[in-house]
This record gives sequence, C-alpha cells and structure tokens, in this order.
Amino acid sequence: MSTQRSVSELRQDFKILDQEINGKPLIYFDSAASTQKPEQVVEAMRAYYYNDNANVHRGAHTLGDRATSGFEGARDKVVHFLNAASRKEIIWTKGTTEAMNLVANGLAPRLNKGDEIIVSRMEHHANIVPWQMLAERIGAVVKVLDVSENGDILVEQLDTLITAKTKILACTHVSNVLGTIIPIKEIVARAKANNVITVIDGAQATPHFKVDVQALDCDFYAFSAHKIFGPTGIGVLYGKEALLEEMPPYQGGGEMIERVSFEGTTFNQLPYKFEAGTPPISQAVGVGAALDYLNSADRKAMEAHEQALLTQAIELSKGIPGMRLIGESSNKVAVMSFLIEGLHPSDIGTLLDQQGIGIRTGHHCAMPLMEYLGVPGTARASFAFYNTAEEVERLFEALAKIQRMFT
Amino acid sequence: MSSPSLEEFQANALGTSTKIEDVFDAFEFLDDWEERYSYIIDLGKALPNFPDAQRKEENYVHGCQSQVWLIDRYDEASDTLYFLIDSDAIIVKGLAAIVLATLNAKSPSEIHKMDVEAIFERIDLMRHISATRGNGLRSMLELVKKSAATRLT
Ligand SMILES: Cc1ncc(COP(=O)(O)O)c(C=O)c1O
Repeated sequence: MSTQRSVSELRQDFKILDQEINGKPLIYFDSAASTQKPEQVVEAMRAYYYNDNANVHRGAHTLGDRATSGFEGARDKVVHFLNAASRKEIIWTKGTTEAMNLVANGLAPRLNKGDEIIVSRMEHHANIVPWQMLAERIGAVVKVLDVSENGDILVEQLDTLITAKTKILACTHVSNVLGTIIPIKEIVARAKANNVITVIDGAQATPHFKVDVQALDCDFYAFSAHKIFGPTGIGVLYGKEALLEEMPPYQGGGEMIERVSFEGTTFNQLPYKFEAGTPPISQAVGVGAALDYLNSADRKAMEAHEQALLTQAIELSKGIPGMRLIGESSNKVAVMSFLIEGLHPSDIGTLLDQQGIGIRTGHHCAMPLMEYLGVPGTARASFAFYNTAEEVERLFEALAKIQRMFT
Repeated sequence: MSSPSLEEFQANALGTSTKIEDVFDAFEFLDDWEERYSYIIDLGKALPNFPDAQRKEENYVHGCQSQVWLIDRYDEASDTLYFLIDSDAIIVKGLAAIVLATLNAKSPSEIHKMDVEAIFERIDLMRHISATRGNGLRSMLELVKKSAATRLT
C-alpha cells in the first residue's frame, strides 16, 4: 500500500489553479457548477487518444478492444463508486439532466391520468422540468414537497403528501443552492412503504461524500462527471435492474439493438439498451481516472477539509455587516449561498471577478426555490478540497472591499 | 398605465449634457479596477429615475442575471430617439448610463451608424459585452439598435 497524499498535496494536481485573473491569483469557488480536473484525468484522456482510440464493441482489432476495455472498465469503476448491484444498472448519459429525462421517459408507461409525482421545492430545474413534461404528456399532477426556513426538507410532510395516486418521488441528495444534505434514506423508506418509485439527483452529493445506492435503497440515482473532477459530456444513471429492464428505450439507433429488421427490431440487453449511438468513450475513460483519483485519496480527510472551509466561511460571514446566509441547515456540504444588504448578487460577482475570485450568481437553475425564498437570486461560493483557508480569508477581504466601494 | 411624457425622456442628462466624451475623460484618470468600478457605481447611482409603472413584462430585457427594463420614445418632430433604462443591480445601471451617454437623444440614423464596439473597447468594457456575462449590456445595446432600425427612414 502506498501512503495516501495529504489534502494540501492534492492541489498540485490542478494546474489550472496556478494562474492570475485580472492580475490576482485565481480563486475558484464555483466547483458546484463544475469542478476542476486533476492532471491524472486529463492525462488519461490524452493517453486514450494518443494510444487507444477506436470505436467500442465492434472492431475486430486491438485498438477497438483497448477502447472497449477502457470504456467498460470505467463502468465497473462506477459500479464500485456507487455500490450498485451490477454493471447492468449503470447507464452512461450526457449528465444528470439527460439521466432525469431518460427516467421520466422510461417511467411514462407506469403512469395514468391523475397520478401524482412528488418533487421537492429545492430541486434543480433538471429534476423539475422532465417531470412537468411527463405530467403534461400523461395528464399527471406534480406535487411539491416543501422546504423549511433554514433549508431542510420537511420530511414529515410526506405522510400527507403521498396518496394512493403517488407513483414517483424525485428529490435531490444535496441542494445546489443551500448545500443541505437531504436524509434520502429516510425519504426513500417512506416512499417505498407506499410503493412510490424514488429518483434521486446526486449531482451535488457525489462530489462531496461517498454514496451507497444499495444502502439508500433508491430506485434511481444520477450524477454528472464534470462535478466529480471528471470531464464534461458524460454522466451516470443508476437504476435498479428490474425497473430498467421494464423501461422502454430512450433513443433508438446503433448499439442499443440486438437485431434490426423491417419486420421488427429487438433491443439490446442492459445497460446497452439505453445507450444508442457511439458513446462518449474518451469521457468514460476520464470518469474512470477521476474515480481512481478519488479512490486513491483519503475522502474522509477531503470531507473534513471542506467542512473546515465551510465553518471558517460561516464564522467570517459574521464580520460582514448585512451579510445573510441562505441555507443554514446543520447538515451541509461546503456550499455557501449569501446575500449582502444593498448589493445585487451580480454586482458582487462582477467585483469579486475583478479580484480574481470566481463565484456563481443568479438563480442557480432553481427558480421555484428562489421564489419561495423571496430572493431574485443569490451569490454562491462553493468549495472543493483543492481550496484553501487562505482563499476563504481572501474572499472575505474582497467582500469587505466591495462593501466599502458601495458606501 | 400611460407611458412617460416626452419631457420626462428629455430630462435625462445622459446623451444630452453628459456625453460619452465625458465618460472617456473620466476614465483617463482612473487607473485601477477599483476606481473604474467606483465610477461606474456612481454613474449607476445617478441614473435618472425610471417610472415604477414601466417595470413590467413588456419592457423587461430578457437574458440578464439582474432585472433590466428599457423603454423608448421617438419624437418625430425632431427625429430624436430617447431611452430610459433601469436595473436592480448598480453596476448594470452604471453600464446602462454609459449606453445612454453614447446613444440617447440621437437620431435613429446616428444610432444605427454608431460603432459601439469601438467605443466600449476604448473604455475596456468589451469584456462586459460578451454574451456569456449575462449582465445585460449586450441585450441593452441590441434593443437600442433595434429601436433605431425600425425608425430608419
Ligand atoms: C443538483 C443538480 N442537479 C442537476 C444538475 C444538472 O447537471 P448537468 O447540467 O450536468 O446535467 C446540476 C448542475 O448544475 C445540479 O447542481
């Protein structure tokens, strides 16, 4: 066993962070939108293109075999990453958004007019709109699971919200705006007791802590590779085999078929049934490298480091008059949404960028949550393990400076 | 709601007594980002009042991170096009002030011919015009240009 590298050593793998923006050292606090990629991921993708590139599952040649084994090997790593029961349960998608659309489409045959789909109020649009589109198509109803003032889900509300007509419950594991970690296991248990299918958005959970889909016992779970230090253009849908088996294909084309004739076409087995066309091969290789990277690191130490940054930020926020934190659950990942009295989030974002600091501002693709909170948007600083305490300090110095500019 | 009177549009000093040249002059003396943005913030704070009743959907400028509203008024007698802009973000208001100093109270053909990109380049604001920034500058400029285009004779 090689000794694990410390969290501060890992930062060296992210060369992109060593640059200046507007004459100041870059501070990247927008990892919730997309994380940076360690050189191990970039290198794996480069090596794939330099040495192994070919199409998968078909060529009767060596490169085709290498590409296939890189691609399928990455799937096996995802099985391990989520603790899925089998590789048939891991479908490559473009990302969380496509995963949600795939599930919504696949569950359509199970729904009848008047059936209900429960969606939490803190969902990203990716876990709202596909359900609205499905409801529209079937004549089903979307019902909202509420959020408390400090940013938790009102789990007890499920007792009254779930009825005999409820078929699906879609909920995020971690809020991209508030950072709240949702007690998914408890929510799934309540849904299951009523035969409700659970679809969990893991886009913001997977970057921060280990997820075990079998322990959660959810029916579906989705995440995006670009948020877990992997490449863009690829993500994962986990689904329980029996449900995936029953679902119709999402798209038709090559790869997803067993036999095609004009008399009738038979579909390929899982997981290929849901992977029409040439898949994102180099990206899958990148995912494999990202998972290797996370596995070789001390994830508990990374988590502790991120939590320390969050605690530090919450403490420093008290020193900025009029600064209000949005989302104050006691159970949070390192995401800090905030407002400062008299400053528009977009003003904050522009003036932080001038100081080399990148945050996200706006509605964060969660307009229903913004409406509920009664704010037009927020400023959001999100931290990853490669961020440092010194960077958090500089954020607050920068915010204090901005505040001075406005007075 | 009745739209503002011509006098209300004409009361806007931006583009009439305050010209883009004044903004250029001011920028000459501002050498770091802090001073430049403080100046833009001051411009934003001084932006003429926008009638409350006009903050409605049809005047809303879409595609911005902040809320932006824009109304126009064409005075045929003098062949002059007037604008009022508002936002809930101060820096966006400051950028709007620069847009107005450049393009307000001119004839449609003058506005049509104006090379705004060159002007904004001179004050290093081009980065703000890039579509991805979503701060509304590009949308504001497009609407002003469009308003002028429909009145070209
Ligand atoms: C909670 C959540 N769900 C879904 C998504 C959508 O992910 P993607 O755009 O990668 O499909 C995001 C990304 O912003 C997210 O934060």
